[in-house]
Amino acid sequence: MQIPSAILTLVIGMVLALGGLWIGQNINLLPIDASANAPIYDELFKVLFTIGSILFIGIVGLLVFSLIRFRRRNGQLGDGLAIEGNLPLEIFWTAVPAVVVLFVGLYSYDIYDRMGGMVPLAHDHMGGAHDEQIWGGISSGSIESAAATNALPVEVTAMQFAFLFHYPEGDITSGELHVPADRPITLRMEAKDVIHAFWVPEFRLKQDVIPGQPTQLSFTPTRTGRYPIVCAELCGPYHGGMRSTVVVESPENWESWYRDNAKAAPEDETLTIANA
Amino acid sequence: MEQRQMTTTVPTKDQNHSHGKHAEHPDHRMFGLATFLVADAMTFAGFFAAYLTFKAVNPLPDGAIYELELPLPILNTVLLLVSSATFHRAGQAIRQDDHGRCRRWLLITAGLGLAFLVSQMVEYFTLPFGLTDNLYASTFFAATGFHGLHVTLGALMILIVWWQARQPQGRVTAADHFPLEAAELYWHFVDGIWVILFVIFYLL
Amino acid sequence: MTISLPPETSSPPRLQPSGWLRYFSFSVDHKVIGLQYIVCGFVFYLIGGALAGAIRTELTSPVSDFMARDVYNQVLTLHGTVMIFLWIVPVVNGAFGNYLIPFYVGARDMAFPRLNAVAFWLIPPAGLMLITSYFLTGAAQSGWTAYPPLSITTPATGQIIWILSVLLLGGSSIFGGINFIATILKLRRPGLKLMQLPMYCWAMLGTSILVVLSTPVLAGTLVLLSFDIVAHTGFFNPNLGGNVVVYQHLFWFYSHPAVYIMVLPAFGLVSEILPVHARKPLFGYVTMVYSIMAIVVLGLIVWAHHMFTSGTPPWMRLFFTIATAFIAVPTGIKFFNWLATLWGGRISLNSAMLFSCGFIVNFVLGGITGVALAQVPFDIHVHDTYFVVAHFHYIVFGGSVFVIFASIYHWYPKFTGRMLNEDLGRLHCALTFIGFNLCFGPQHWLGLNGMPRRVAEYDPQFTLINQISSVGALLMAISTLPFLWNVIHSALSGPVAGDNPWKALTPEWLTSSPPPVENWIGEAPLVEEPYGYGVPPDELDLTATSGRDLWSSGK
Repeated sequence: MQIPSAILTLVIGMVLALGGLWIGQNINLLPIDASANAPIYDELFKVLFTIGSILFIGIVGLLVFSLIRFRRRNGQLGDGLAIEGNLPLEIFWTAVPAVVVLFVGLYSYDIYDRMGGMVPLAHDHMGGAHDEQIWGGISSGSIESAAATNALPVEVTAMQFAFLFHYPEGDITSGELHVPADRPITLRMEAKDVIHAFWVPEFRLKQDVIPGQPTQLSFTPTRTGRYPIVCAELCGPYHGGMRSTVVVESPENWESWYRDNAKAAPEDETLTIANA
Repeated sequence: MEQRQMTTTVPTKDQNHSHGKHAEHPDHRMFGLATFLVADAMTFAGFFAAYLTFKAVNPLPDGAIYELELPLPILNTVLLLVSSATFHRAGQAIRQDDHGRCRRWLLITAGLGLAFLVSQMVEYFTLPFGLTDNLYASTFFAATGFHGLHVTLGALMILIVWWQARQPQGRVTAADHFPLEAAELYWHFVDGIWVILFVIFYLL
Repeated sequence: MTISLPPETSSPPRLQPSGWLRYFSFSVDHKVIGLQYIVCGFVFYLIGGALAGAIRTELTSPVSDFMARDVYNQVLTLHGTVMIFLWIVPVVNGAFGNYLIPFYVGARDMAFPRLNAVAFWLIPPAGLMLITSYFLTGAAQSGWTAYPPLSITTPATGQIIWILSVLLLGGSSIFGGINFIATILKLRRPGLKLMQLPMYCWAMLGTSILVVLSTPVLAGTLVLLSFDIVAHTGFFNPNLGGNVVVYQHLFWFYSHPAVYIMVLPAFGLVSEILPVHARKPLFGYVTMVYSIMAIVVLGLIVWAHHMFTSGTPPWMRLFFTIATAFIAVPTGIKFFNWLATLWGGRISLNSAMLFSCGFIVNFVLGGITGVALAQVPFDIHVHDTYFVVAHFHYIVFGGSVFVIFASIYHWYPKFTGRMLNEDLGRLHCALTFIGFNLCFGPQHWLGLNGMPRRVAEYDPQFTLINQISSVGALLMAISTLPFLWNVIHSALSGPVAGDNPWKALTPEWLTSSPPPVENWIGEAPLVEEPYGYGVPPDELDLTATSGRDLWSSGK
């Protein structure tokens, strides 16, 4: 007695779903997470990877099965079945992807919100001068929590072909970004010449740095270490070499770095580049 | 298993396709022109969208001058709207096989178009800002300049049709006056674009 | 003095060259123009491929040691520009569109044959101008996206030549689009209804609408960019008060629909190829048509998903995420319908079918990464990295190029009257599929782990993966050889194809191979069921629901 195709399909579907879940949970394609939003990102990645694996393996499986099962054998003439459509089936495979896509969209909205992406950016029309306006980016805090207090502001300047970091409190200028762990950091970024981009893979965050149009990136580092800052927008011949480092230190170590490099008096004219 | 009947009619008789009877083919050139004008409109749409975005998010720097007077543009609008009407008269005339009247209306239309261009030049030279002075100025000149190019081309086409219409049995006849129809559609298009441009740049 | 001509001439005086010379002339025959597009496009494909070879050679080592850095940027700029504007867009639209559409609507030629020739002949000079700029003045080096201020600060001559070239190529595309819309809507033979047209016609109609609506915006934008370069205006120059993000909006307003301009015709071609070699009707004709329309409409409102990390505020990022994600639904419908077309068929595993199946596999992968990229938080990490490079190559190469090859294997007998060698074809398919996946599969991991795009040097930890990718690229290059040999050798001494070697039903197969000048001897055939393959299920023992009861064909 033949196994009904409905049961076969159900079992295959279950195997696919479980397989996809296993793949999403166990195959790690990402670098280590070093900021508060990175694990949230990784959750989203796992979900997308799972859904993607199920879809891909399922469709390729169907295709390969069809090519084998329905291939023309030697000497076979004649056509296949004259089936021109199946409305219920088509409604099914319109509705299911629509639901999946809607779910993914809503879920990723939630992820983006938890990352702080939905907080409105600072924008001051009344000020007149356009450097009050933030043109894009991720603001500090998130809709649920109160605006981040104690955020450390850093001004980032990107130029061909380096990043410069300036700490307005303490007037420190450095070629590397030193930050304390577990404290919110707010980067206010502007470029001097062409568009660059500030990307830290371990933070899962990226924001274009645009001349004349300041942008913002906020994050909270969670893991000490040295991570690369990569320029991720073609900015000229040395674009590939335009990199820096973000050094995440324990709060105590960071405090001592800060004290060593902060200017004693605001009138101090000389610009000393901070110790690495 | 038998093959399904295909619903395909393959004629068996051998007909010679005559090359001489081109008048039998329906003329889709106006449809093609209309599609082209949709594309052309999208180019203007890009300029207008840029201008509106600049106005919304890019304030003028202090000291930048961008002021437009209304009298000349209003005159320009009237000139173009009237010229569309006169062009329409030319079309009516040719359909009544009156080549002389048609050509007179064509000349008047071209003249109105040229008057528009002259007026635009006067405006350009009396404006307090130049092409590179500021963002709004640049966009203003880009949009009006692109439009002015279209008016120039249109006026040239009107003069060409005027020339073509001089013979009773040339390319422009009562029965078939595609060059006039095409130029007329183009001209109305240019007129329509001006109205939108006028609203966006001079009124908003 | 009068001169009298002989009373009878054996053949009428020829106004146009005949034989192979036709293909170098200003022919107005849509079949000649179609083949001109395909050969010219393929030449540019080889040039673009050589440029890719240079890129992959540079990337076998983590340092910039193969060519000068600015040269590398010129190479990558030309690679993208050539592949998009001189290979894929002209071939899926101009080559197959011009050749097939008149057949499908039952016409002798396109609506505007001379405009057709003009559209083709814009391409070789524009392409030549672009390529020679590399040798004469230095080519543009700001990427095919030409973002200002970089495109304003790099050497001006190369950039202006690039702009002029793209303007000409865009114009060519627009002229083609006008022609396709008029031909499909106005030139159908009497008795042929819109919903009886082969699916490729719907795909080309949708594509041409996109072409007509979006390409002019690019044209206007590039004109403004050129003003910034030569006239010192400040549209996109922040030093002069301009706004670089506005350029990006205007650029992507065209360039996102551009990807559908590259892919929708490929969808149409697959819809023609699968039913013939699976001997089954195309599944779900009406929903396929609506899917195309949905993709056209949605494709116009999703452009800013290329700008998620740019100067875009949160509300804008959210809107474009949602709109982009929705395109997956009509696209998915098409894939399920193609699978359903194969299911229950009598599938011939020939080169055309295998390349089409390769397309399905590759494009599904590319589509999945596309849905992922549509989500803002996901994209923020991988934007402008090799993940995106992998994604779009799965779409344009794994998608469109695979379909182009499938189409060549399918229609070569019609174009030339000869059959291609199937063994070489399957070898070509295998090498291409393996090489392509070896090259671009690992690049997803590169992007996720920190390798940005458009770089000649990278973190040494990525060396091995880059070398694997370069080996894949080498395989792709080698895969062209059996194909070229096959095409040339078969043209000279391949087996004669006859009118209809595939026993297909669409009108181009109901005439000789190659077809006569006026496409058919006698009247154009009226094909009311272009996908009338298959044995009716009431003649077989079926337990599944029969579609014929629910969907009736348009008889």
